[in-house]
Amino acid sequence: MSTTDNATGPTATDRVIPQGEVLLDVDNLGKHFPVHAGLLRRQVAAVKAVDGVSFSVRKGETLGLVGESGCGKSTTGRMIMRLLDPSFGKITFEGEDITRMSQSRLRPLRRDLQMIFQDPYSSLNPRQTVGAIVGAPFRLQKIQTENGVKKAVQELLELVGLSPEHYNRYPHEFSGGQRQRIGIARTLALKPKLIVADEPVSALDVSVQAQVVNLLEDLQDELDLTYVVIAHDLSVVRHISDRVAVMYLGKIVEVADRNDLYERPMHPYTNALLSAVPVPDPAKREGRDRIRLQGDVPSPLDPPPACRFHTRCWKAQEICKTQEPPLAELSPGHQVACHFPENTTVSATDAVAQSAVSPPATDLPTPSLRKE
Amino acid sequence: MTAPIEATGAEQQAQPDAVLAGSGRKAIQGRSLGQIAWMRLKRDKVAMGGALVVLLLIVMSLPGVTELLSRTFGSPPNQFHQNLVDPTLGGPIGSLGGISADHPFGIEPINGRDLFSRILFGARVSLLIGVLATLVSVVIGTVMGIIAGYFGGWVDTVIARLMDIFLAFPLVLFAISLVGVIPNKMLGLAGNDLRMGVLVFIIGFFNWPYIGRIIRGQTLSLREREFVDAARSMGARNTHILFKEVLPNLVAPILVYSTLLIPTNILFEAALSFLGVGINPPDPSWGGMLSAATELYTVAPHFVIVPGLAIFITVLAFNLFGDGLRDALDPRAR
Ligand SMILES: Nc1ncnc2c1ncn2[C@@H]1O[C@H](COP(=O)(O)OP(=O)(O)O)[C@@H](O)[C@H]1O
Ligand code: SF4
Ligand SMILES: [Mg+2]
Repeated sequence: MSTTDNATGPTATDRVIPQGEVLLDVDNLGKHFPVHAGLLRRQVAAVKAVDGVSFSVRKGETLGLVGESGCGKSTTGRMIMRLLDPSFGKITFEGEDITRMSQSRLRPLRRDLQMIFQDPYSSLNPRQTVGAIVGAPFRLQKIQTENGVKKAVQELLELVGLSPEHYNRYPHEFSGGQRQRIGIARTLALKPKLIVADEPVSALDVSVQAQVVNLLEDLQDELDLTYVVIAHDLSVVRHISDRVAVMYLGKIVEVADRNDLYERPMHPYTNALLSAVPVPDPAKREGRDRIRLQGDVPSPLDPPPACRFHTRCWKAQEICKTQEPPLAELSPGHQVACHFPENTTVSATDAVAQSAVSPPATDLPTPSLRKE
Repeated sequence: MTAPIEATGAEQQAQPDAVLAGSGRKAIQGRSLGQIAWMRLKRDKVAMGGALVVLLLIVMSLPGVTELLSRTFGSPPNQFHQNLVDPTLGGPIGSLGGISADHPFGIEPINGRDLFSRILFGARVSLLIGVLATLVSVVIGTVMGIIAGYFGGWVDTVIARLMDIFLAFPLVLFAISLVGVIPNKMLGLAGNDLRMGVLVFIIGFFNWPYIGRIIRGQTLSLREREFVDAARSMGARNTHILFKEVLPNLVAPILVYSTLLIPTNILFEAALSFLGVGINPPDPSWGGMLSAATELYTVAPHFVIVPGLAIFITVLAFNLFGDGLRDALDPRAR
């Protein structure tokens, strides 16, 4: 693995992202979990887990959804899967509004919409055999298979790199990586169009992570899959994503094509996340400034007003505390929500920014980026 | 993570032992958690000792077996043998409470009834009430616990309050007053059959919140497991999730709790019989025997010791087995 400063990654040019049809569209989606207290269980507050996110995913592409833990990624994924009911906003899948669709009408649609779960120790029922787990989608969706469910399951096991002989075994007999493969096999059973992968490798050993990511990529090519891959740091999704959306405290702060985002991160938060990505080569590590974010992520119960990042941002000005920066397209396909973005001359609130008296207080060097 | 690398064989190394020890080319049969628990349980000598005693008690109490044992080794439980009783003191004639080949546990003072048979028939009563009452508690507790834990919200709140009410109930006082007013015939049952039915109902019906709470807690945590979300995202309905995903994971705690609840219920039945509100004489019950013995322990100390030992051994055996079962089913809970 070499780390150079201007080469593009090995897969940067490999895949041609079809500019076609939008498969999934999420518009101003939000989830506020009510907090009840007292004898009468009255609502006293709300956890603003997701607070108005918008993005769309085109057929065949992979969207990476990145942010620190607790910023609402899983909640977003679970709303797309309709495992959680959105508080507001709209989810459109294949042109159909599924935001409030009833579970019974949703049932046939679920074949096209599947999820890979984060924890392979919790996502497989310990009381069921691998055969029962991977075969469940066929039974639940009452799908006829040509040579029986068992044969279909064994083919799926082979597809994800497991032995068909594992059919009668139980989850506890497998390693984390193998368990995640079982989960992936189950996800693929219904030949879905869109797969939401919620931190598919973060529970795995680093040595196994790459194998599972590679498997996901191979499957995408073979089966024409569209992915939303959730991760808590930018390194995991770098290889697999075509576009990356960065989330902070329930909002999307930056969306861009993969290369654009890694080479010209505009939002201070993205810059901070990128500087946290470990550089494997010690020689390259020198001269690279790490941006250390001060403080903790504020509580989503009471998020900071205006720009939610202003409590931790080194570029924050008065305006950041009073006026929310809109998510604006600052260069083609590159959207940022920041009054004083990096790596660009324009800002999300250009006019406002220009009228601001003082320029950004500090001029921190942009962290150098790690390239494969 | 860095750029994906070629498979390093790390995962092959992480293959489960069972695969490496693979039984050749044949399709490998996995070992379920139940089978593994059974293997662990078999190694636990203390628990297996308890299990053996429990098994013996059950066999002893089977219809026909009790009568056969009583006929073979003793004499009928209600037959008087006043010729074997010292007429002045009321204690049994002979050493060690009148133990002989005909009466292996000796005889009762005053009436001279065969203690072996009375213990034997008393065991049947204790076991029957203990097991049936446990069954009642487990069924109600499991259903209520699952519903409360799975559906949550106001359903959970209502059931939780109900549990609090039941647990605050002065059960012993209630049992004493209720048993006191049982009619002679009711619901097609009469005499001690009816009393047993009422005892089963009281003990079982008022004990369900204990298991209800355990099942509720387990369901709450199971509900959050991702396999439930996985099932739902494949289009599973609530009934499927409850019966196929959640319930199989509750079998272990239900089993463990049942084996630990049976001895508690046996003790409770003995206590009620001791207080005179359990099984009516002349039918034998361990608590009733102890109650009678308290006035006679000076002339016949064995009359206290024998039923006391029977209760002690039974309760201990169930508890040892239950504890072993819990350890075998969930080694982390040790
Ligand atoms: N069921 C829930 N009830 C209340 N708060 C929740 C619930 N689920 C998640 N949250 C809160 O919402 C926020 C976002 O959670 P999540 O989407 O899991 O974050 P991420 O996946 O990015 O780590 C967190 O603060 C979390 O505590
Ligand atoms: S808007 Fe202001 S506080 Fe928010 S990220 Fe940009 S510079 Fe920082
Ligand atoms: Mg998450």
